[in-house]
Amino acid sequence: MSLTINLEVKKDVLCIRLSGELDHHSADELRRQASNAIEEYDIHHIVLNLEQLSFMDSSGLGVILGRYKQIKQQHGEMVVCAISPAVQRLFDMSGLFKIIRLEPTEEFALQRLGVA
Amino acid sequence: MKNEMQIKFSALSQNESFARVTVAAFISQLDPTMDELTEIKTVVSEAVTNSIIHGYEQDPNGLVYITVKIEDGFIDMSIRDEGMGIMDVEEARQPLYTTKPELERSGMGFTIMENFMDEIEIQSQPGKGTEIRLRKHLSNSKMLCN
Repeated sequence: MSLTINLEVKKDVLCIRLSGELDHHSADELRRQASNAIEEYDIHHIVLNLEQLSFMDSSGLGVILGRYKQIKQQHGEMVVCAISPAVQRLFDMSGLFKIIRLEPTEEFALQRLGVA
Repeated sequence: MKNEMQIKFSALSQNESFARVTVAAFISQLDPTMDELTEIKTVVSEAVTNSIIHGYEQDPNGLVYITVKIEDGFIDMSIRDEGMGIMDVEEARQPLYTTKPELERSGMGFTIMENFMDEIEIQSQPGKGTEIRLRKHLSNSKMLCN
């Protein structure tokens, strides 16, 4: 199973919805698509919806951290939503929740960023 | 009963999912929990990715070897490459340490392997390759023994 990447721009927020498996192989494509969208649409914030993500490893942490650094330069923030217990463990282990906020749903995440 | 399998495959990133799914299919005969299955798949993915990115520096001519043995509810895995090896294993094990930040590596691979498995042993020789040995006992296997 590969990774399906759905991107949607809402004002200055990029919604990234992932389904399938995020590993080293699929991380390159996510990095390319998300980076291009951030530059092209003058994105400040990211909502990362992982509801349909069935697998992730440390390569996923790397590409997420990379996009966080990218929008940090725009003084933006990243909100992650709808994550599975397995993915949550990886976030906990790496300390990503210290810099990335967690919301239960995409709607809450968008509200938090003022675009819902 | 002892059961064993081996696979070897080219150091290509598309084989990362092949490797973890194959190992998961093999150990599923032990009736692992979903959490245990996810842990095993993640660990295989980490070690294989390390071999491809660091061991072989993405040279597809390299080969990655996996051996899995199951016996009495224990899983013993070996994930091995004949790549460049690790100069300083202790340093490589540190959380968030990576030699390839330009590739957006998180440096969490070994930390995840240590957390998800009961035992980990790293043998590496610069210029010769790396072998990661991992061991885990499955929770429901106690019931089968009784």
